[in-house]
Amino acid sequence: MGSRPPYPRSFAPAVLSPLQSLRSLGGTGRLARVSDVMISLRHVSKTFPGGTAPAVGDLSLDVPRGEIVVLVGPSGCGKTTTLKMINRLIEPTSGEIYVDGELATSVEAHLLRRKIGYVIQQIGLFPHRTIAENIATVPTLVGWDEQRIAERVTELIELVGLEPEMADRYPAELSGGQQQRVGVARALAADPPVLLMDEPFGAVDPIVRSKLQEELLALQDRLRKTIVFVTHDIDEAIRLGNRVAILNVGGVLEQYASPAEILAEPANDFVAEFLGSDRGLKRLSLIPISTVDLDPGPVVAPGGTVEEARRVMERYGTDWFAVVDGDRMLGWLTEDDLRGAATVPRSGRRFRAWLTRSSSLREALDAIVSGRTTMAAVFDGDRYLGMIDVDTISREIVR
Amino acid sequence: MSFLADVLAWFADPVNWSGSGGIPNRVFEHVQLSTFAMMIAALLGIIPAVILGHARRGGVLAVAAVNIARAVPSFAIIALALPVSIALGLGLGFWPTLLALVALAIPPMFTNAYTAVRDVDPGVVEAARGMGMTPAGILAKVEVPMALPIILAAVRVSAVQVVATATLGAIVAWGGLGRYVIDGFATRNNVEVFAGGLLVALLAVATEVGFGVLERLVEPRGLRMLRGQEQVVRPAPT
Repeated sequence: MGSRPPYPRSFAPAVLSPLQSLRSLGGTGRLARVSDVMISLRHVSKTFPGGTAPAVGDLSLDVPRGEIVVLVGPSGCGKTTTLKMINRLIEPTSGEIYVDGELATSVEAHLLRRKIGYVIQQIGLFPHRTIAENIATVPTLVGWDEQRIAERVTELIELVGLEPEMADRYPAELSGGQQQRVGVARALAADPPVLLMDEPFGAVDPIVRSKLQEELLALQDRLRKTIVFVTHDIDEAIRLGNRVAILNVGGVLEQYASPAEILAEPANDFVAEFLGSDRGLKRLSLIPISTVDLDPGPVVAPGGTVEEARRVMERYGTDWFAVVDGDRMLGWLTEDDLRGAATVPRSGRRFRAWLTRSSSLREALDAIVSGRTTMAAVFDGDRYLGMIDVDTISREIVR
Repeated sequence: MSFLADVLAWFADPVNWSGSGGIPNRVFEHVQLSTFAMMIAALLGIIPAVILGHARRGGVLAVAAVNIARAVPSFAIIALALPVSIALGLGLGFWPTLLALVALAIPPMFTNAYTAVRDVDPGVVEAARGMGMTPAGILAKVEVPMALPIILAAVRVSAVQVVATATLGAIVAWGGLGRYVIDGFATRNNVEVFAGGLLVALLAVATEVGFGVLERLVEPRGLRMLRGQEQVVRPAPT
């Protein structure tokens, strides 16, 4: 501890990264400050003993402070190797890695790791220790007093959405999803600025995975950690990453940009192929409904005439209409429901999908398709905002 | 029936319960020698095994240890230990028996301790390293506690074997319960042979039960749950 890097901190990293130079050109008009970069890989390569080709060859990459960067690529692309070089579970063959401006090799490996949270697919909870003891691992290592550790454990159990009484249980008593929540809590325990996550949600079922992803994003909104996340799942990368680094076999960086940029403009054929043929659909998941114009939709006020309802359905080409009183959605009805009625009633069937302004266009498309119709209703809380239709969405796909 | 009555009479004879040739002293000698042998063997067997298991090196050694243990009969070990003991100037009786018992007890403890530590879930070890535990910390706080149930089971197996084999010490002029068996043979006193054998058997069973209880007491609670869970069929995460 306490050994200083062999250069003034403000000069590291010495080489201006592509990201920094891009930033300095675009908008701000000044050089990006060094402290904006939390982790910097400079010409890093790794060849394993006995290996002929390098697992990672000459990789340079900057991870901005407070962002989630996802390393994604096929097997053998060196994404996990790259991640493990950051906390020195694997030592690079050549090149330098800076964490928070300091050369990673300037401190002893185990001391470096205590300042970097680490979450892995196998979770790796200590089966012989309670949940509380597991979470307390790093605080105990760095010598916090008991009182502070106990408070922190309680705080973290709540933060990751576990019940307080789980503190005294053992890992074997928890489900896979709960165990990985403990894994995340344990990694966050000593409040490290950096979190490394190696396919952390790879071993849980898709529903739990989706929930854990959502929770990670919510957590990140509050904590603003610098997270390097490894996955082979491009959808997970797009969902979680502020930036996505697409790696090819041998640790070749094919593209490093925001998910929207990558989906809109894949750098080359490899990236395009890796993104898959449903690239347009994937892009939709990044566009919130609030960015497109909504249509008033086939709506009729309660007390309106049957004739009026028929005209509305004809105009929109639907076999249903919505009953809306001001901005209150009362439900939807079909022509059959009007048989024998003189006016439109003050009721209707509930919409199955409640889209909000922050829902993505992909969710909207899903709601429309699964409702076997051409449009879906969008709400702001209880307030009805309008309808989004297939045409609007398909315009966004081709854009 | 009269044989069993004779055995009962032997046990009832107060002569057999007092003095240096009495049951209490023979049991004491037997336990004393077995305990020494186990303590030395545990030190020599478990410590290197745990360190090699931590390094995940020395698998060949572990396999060789098992094979040797299987190949060489206990009697042969005593026979081999005797000239070694005499050459070292330790003489007859206690030392050659101790030497033989230590040699007998090491292989199962070494092999099991080695594999138990080596086979600790690599995900757990990687998490421990990733959080910044030192190699010694990982060994002491993660690998050994997780391997403990298997190590203790190996200690139990070795201990029972040692208690049973310590009987042979009487051949090289050591005391212990083997005296009854050897002396009984020499004087053609089948009752004494049987009584001695019975006492050894009882002591071996007591050893087995005692270590079994110890294992239950020492096994970390979380591990016991893990074991209970493994009996339930559960698909391994891919």
